[in-house]
Amino acid sequence: MINVATKNRIKDKLFEYWGVISTLIGVVLLVVFMTDIFMEGISRIDATFFTNSPSGLKPETSGIFPALLGTLWILILTASISIPLGVGAGIYLEEYSKKNWVSSLLEINISNLAGVPSIIYGLLGLEVFVRIMGLGKSVVAGALTLSLLVLPIVIVATREAIKSVPNSIKQAAYGLGATKWQTIWTQVLPSSIGGILTGVILALSRAIGETAPLIVVGAAAYIYDAPDGLLSEYTVIPMQIYTWMPDAREAMKVNAAAGIIVLLMITLVMNGFAVYLRNRWQKKVKW
Amino acid sequence: MKITKKLASIVFAGFLLSSCGGGNAKLDAQEDGTQPADSAKELTGKIRIDGSSTVFPISGGIAELFRGEEPKVKVIVNKSGSGSGFKMFSSREIEVSDASRPIKAKEVKKCKEAGVEYLQLEVAYDGLAVLVNKENTWADSLSSADLKKLWEPAAEGVVKTWADIREGWPTEEIALFGPGTASGTFDYFTEAIVGESGAIRSDYSPSEDDDVLVQGIAGDENAIGFFGLAYYEANKDKLKLVAVNGVKPNMETVKTGTYAPLSRPLFIYVSKQSTVKPEVASFVRFYLKNAGGVAKTVGYVPLPASDYEESLKKFEDFTTSK
Repeated sequence: MINVATKNRIKDKLFEYWGVISTLIGVVLLVVFMTDIFMEGISRIDATFFTNSPSGLKPETSGIFPALLGTLWILILTASISIPLGVGAGIYLEEYSKKNWVSSLLEINISNLAGVPSIIYGLLGLEVFVRIMGLGKSVVAGALTLSLLVLPIVIVATREAIKSVPNSIKQAAYGLGATKWQTIWTQVLPSSIGGILTGVILALSRAIGETAPLIVVGAAAYIYDAPDGLLSEYTVIPMQIYTWMPDAREAMKVNAAAGIIVLLMITLVMNGFAVYLRNRWQKKVKW
Repeated sequence: MKITKKLASIVFAGFLLSSCGGGNAKLDAQEDGTQPADSAKELTGKIRIDGSSTVFPISGGIAELFRGEEPKVKVIVNKSGSGSGFKMFSSREIEVSDASRPIKAKEVKKCKEAGVEYLQLEVAYDGLAVLVNKENTWADSLSSADLKKLWEPAAEGVVKTWADIREGWPTEEIALFGPGTASGTFDYFTEAIVGESGAIRSDYSPSEDDDVLVQGIAGDENAIGFFGLAYYEANKDKLKLVAVNGVKPNMETVKTGTYAPLSRPLFIYVSKQSTVKPEVASFVRFYLKNAGGVAKTVGYVPLPASDYEESLKKFEDFTTSK
């Protein structure tokens, strides 16, 4: 007979193994995927891959220059649109808005928006930014569309970060005669900035991997030049990969894999930066 | 190896074309066989192209070559499909529309309503060849129905031997070869034969590399497969070409459309409103002069050189007429 203690110990072990296996599956799949991509694409990565434009006639000389610059444009524009709006909305909802049915309705909607498929944002962007506002298939129309896509994430991250600031700090500030604005600016934001930035960076690294909404709002399949202004046509790395993929020629497959490596590197650096910021601010903030 | 062959073919096609046209050609542009653009002064501006993803490789290739001629003209090519291309064309969002089918009545009406006067220009042919092993003595001709019976998803596990297609043919197991699902050739074949894009039996040997398909079919007496007609031309001696619905594909039958349903013309559409701009007009001329070479490089059947000449004339008439 197995007694209860042994039974529980077995259960405990099984639970542990289940956790280990779950973790491993994710890691193993990632490693397999990465090795595959690296073996295929690493040979194409050299200086010319970053400085050349794509070529359908000479695939081996293809590069991602316009796509890389396009991604940077999109990244900077999306950040400068979504951060002020998202953080502003987050502060308002957390600090100013009264808790009534309107604010709960807003809250539910924002959380729901975070789960809307990205292509829907593309369709919205096509109608509103490309057609009605007449921005055309421009880099700014793409950035506005992606800003909408990441806004809910930025808002939620901001609110969570602000929530973690202890009430006692705020009360102390008020007690010393600070206004609401002074309290937010000198106490709340500095201590929650780490959390806000982490959320923002994660949201942005999602944005630069997006293809679907940008296809809809008109990122180009073939373009030779990098964007030279807000209204310039553009393409981005995921779009370039998407264009190379269906090409049956071997050299194009290699290009696509090399493009994936570059995109992975960019997201890795961004996510690494997010982790760094979080750690730095966690150490700095002492309550 | 493959690449040098392809490059050689552009140079060759360019040579052919240059022998009958372009007296005022810029000499320095001839090195790679590219036909020069025709303007003396440097052009600027933007040319937006959208439409069929089948035509995309040709338009993209032309855009690339044009850049060498007119570096200040920005050519942007997209591939959202023939239908979507015509929509943007009629609403003047783009200058050139790529299409793998002629414009539909509904789309013509839209162009009329918007006052868009257009010209249709053939730029190449998309053709598929059905091939068997050289030792195959029975399959000379297959009908569309035969091909459907063999390739449709329902054939999987049912149509296994040649005798299953037609009685009296060998009871040997058929080995099937074809391009992978990612290629336009695959989409086209399934659409034209099975009737639904992407629908195919799953027990065939797919490869994106045409060489693998050639070797596969050449190495098995009971093999059958399909790929781009242009690629067959390069491997004529290794495989046996099958007539489809009694017609063998060649320049003539593809051009006249009698080799059906496995060949189709590819078009670009240009509008009067956009060809008023010198950079667009120059681009279209450049397109027609170089389409043959680029079409070959990216795996399509070029038109006879005289057809491009004729299209050029048609285009000049179109731009000068009121």
